[in-house]
Amino acid sequence: MNRIDETFKRLRQKKEKALVGFVSAGDPNISQSLRLIKAMCESGVDILELGVPFSDPTSDGPVIQRSSGRALKSGVNLKAVVEMTREIREFFAHTPIILFSYYNPVLAYGNKAFYNDALAAGADGLLIVDLPPEESEEMTSEWRGNDLSLIRLIAPTTPQERMAKIAASASGFLYLISKIGVTGSDGLDTGDISEHIKRLRSVTQTPICVGFGISTPQDVAAVASHADGVVIGSAFERLIEENLENPEIVSLLAEKVRACKAATVETS
Amino acid sequence: MLNFKSETYPDPRGHFGPYGGRYVGETLMPALLELEKAFFDIAQDPSFHYEFHDLLHHYVGRPTPLFHAKRLSTHLGGAAIYLKREDLAHTGAHKINNTLGQALLARWMGKKKVIAETGAGQHGVATATVAALFGMECRVFMGTEDIQRQAANVQRMRLLGAEVIPVSSGTGTLKDAMNEAMRYWSGAVHDTFYVIGSVAGPHPYPVMVRDFQKVIGEEARSQILKETGKLPKMLIACVGGGSNSMGLFYPFIEDPVEMVGVEAAGKGIHTGKHAATLGSGTIGVLHGSKSYVLQDENGQIMEAHSISAGLDYPGVGPEHSMLKDRGRARYASIEDGQALEAFRKLCLFEGIIPALESSHALAQALIEAPRMSPDDIIIVNLSGRGDKDLGIVNQHLKF
Ligand SMILES: Cc1ncc(COP(=O)(O)O)c(C=O)c1O
Repeated sequence: MNRIDETFKRLRQKKEKALVGFVSAGDPNISQSLRLIKAMCESGVDILELGVPFSDPTSDGPVIQRSSGRALKSGVNLKAVVEMTREIREFFAHTPIILFSYYNPVLAYGNKAFYNDALAAGADGLLIVDLPPEESEEMTSEWRGNDLSLIRLIAPTTPQERMAKIAASASGFLYLISKIGVTGSDGLDTGDISEHIKRLRSVTQTPICVGFGISTPQDVAAVASHADGVVIGSAFERLIEENLENPEIVSLLAEKVRACKAATVETS
Repeated sequence: MLNFKSETYPDPRGHFGPYGGRYVGETLMPALLELEKAFFDIAQDPSFHYEFHDLLHHYVGRPTPLFHAKRLSTHLGGAAIYLKREDLAHTGAHKINNTLGQALLARWMGKKKVIAETGAGQHGVATATVAALFGMECRVFMGTEDIQRQAANVQRMRLLGAEVIPVSSGTGTLKDAMNEAMRYWSGAVHDTFYVIGSVAGPHPYPVMVRDFQKVIGEEARSQILKETGKLPKMLIACVGGGSNSMGLFYPFIEDPVEMVGVEAAGKGIHTGKHAATLGSGTIGVLHGSKSYVLQDENGQIMEAHSISAGLDYPGVGPEHSMLKDRGRARYASIEDGQALEAFRKLCLFEGIIPALESSHALAQALIEAPRMSPDDIIIVNLSGRGDKDLGIVNQHLKF
């Protein structure tokens, strides 16, 4: 069983939901980013999403645009993110690591080489924001196997029939976008979310993680009561950005992660 | 000459050979599928064609003239140069052909709000214009650098009732404006129609914009046949995203006619400050489609440079990438200084002030014509007029 499936199984037994933590890899630089990531994994992040910095992140709001920009400025690219994956894997044998990227950096790396290198470094899955199922065969046909989970996005705009098609081509978990718009927009509607989850559950057994606009432990608790996992990205990145010069940044982030993780534990 | 059948592309998923496609986030996918269906439905509807062509005639002023630039041709001493006068279309550029088509489609789909990205401001003005014509709400995303250098068009958009939204990320040019328009659209897909200004972007935009712009080539083809009884030897058009060139080229694609697309070489290809995507780019994915792109070895998109805001873009429409690979079109590039020189020549020889974008096509004609025989004909797409560029031109030419 792979690390992602194992993680969901273990959490189910403990009556917990997954805390999926997103961070732009290499923000603000590689060594500090590794410190922050280690703190996240030690403090309760169940699944780590490493954002690959890209020059033109059209699905991201200002917070992740800026974090991705800081990483790029310090020279981080996909090669460095694969290298960071290897380092993180040395410390955390069981935490699933998902690489979260736009397609162009992966295409430039080479689909075949990327698959081999990412797996060898210890990555478990890949989420490509701008590669819908319609276009992804050009990538997977170059993969030597299917040991990297392909995490798929489902949007509030996705019709039922399409949901089923996407779910059929996904592995690991499904990433349900909580609302239309880019990352980091606020205003969470848990009523809508539970409705979308219900629709999605009717077509798939794959675990469902919900992301976009989730920032407080209250948000986490509200969403976790319906979903299998909760993704937090912009809220962590906002904390990092606000504390770039603060010597307490690592412990502040760890504290935030602990508070969010606590909210994933089922109370009923 | 290659035998080139135009019916075979794009494929049903919007691929032009290995290029094109739909590389967008899932939030936008259903909107693109809906748009594609609406576009193919409307294309079957005779009343749409009637209204489109009626407006092109009475509102845009089509057909635009095909003008024999005799003094310029004589001066160059080679091929006869004909100018397709898109500068005389309402709003002063070819962009209105496309915005009119897309606005009709938006109305048909029941959308009352439109958004657009713009570089030179011509597409923004053309979108604001049709939004006013149809009573729609209009927002235009424009880079802060372009707001500076194309100030007259910003005023025009505001007068037409559009909101101009400044985009300061990146270099504050067309690429950044398009990023922001895509982000905005992700949050407003339910009631907003995104009017893309070139043959770029995800399917169905490249084929749709080409179909709305092909009126340029259809007119030019029948005009030249009527006037001279023969086909031109060569077509020349500038290439930013590639819409005015695709519009001119497409109706000639099965004819034995040479096609030359002209990109911006900026300060010179060797300086790295240019926008010659087909000339020196590599294959990548930008703004929802696969095509040639200016990028570094890590797949990060590079900043383009051109004196002309409309050509200052590190991507290009996927159909051009296919035409390049198959050798059906040739792509040249022209530096800022050469474009300025051609700009001045057209003013003085023909009494026409061209857009800086179009001046790139003219500059290429200045190179090609003297090598050809006086029996040969070159059609240059004069994609727009130059009023918007007087500020920049004044800085360089000091008139
Ligand atoms: C007059 C004019 N010509 C050409 C262009 C370049 O666009 P395209 O290559 O899509 O024709 C522009 C774009 O703003 C323009 O304003």
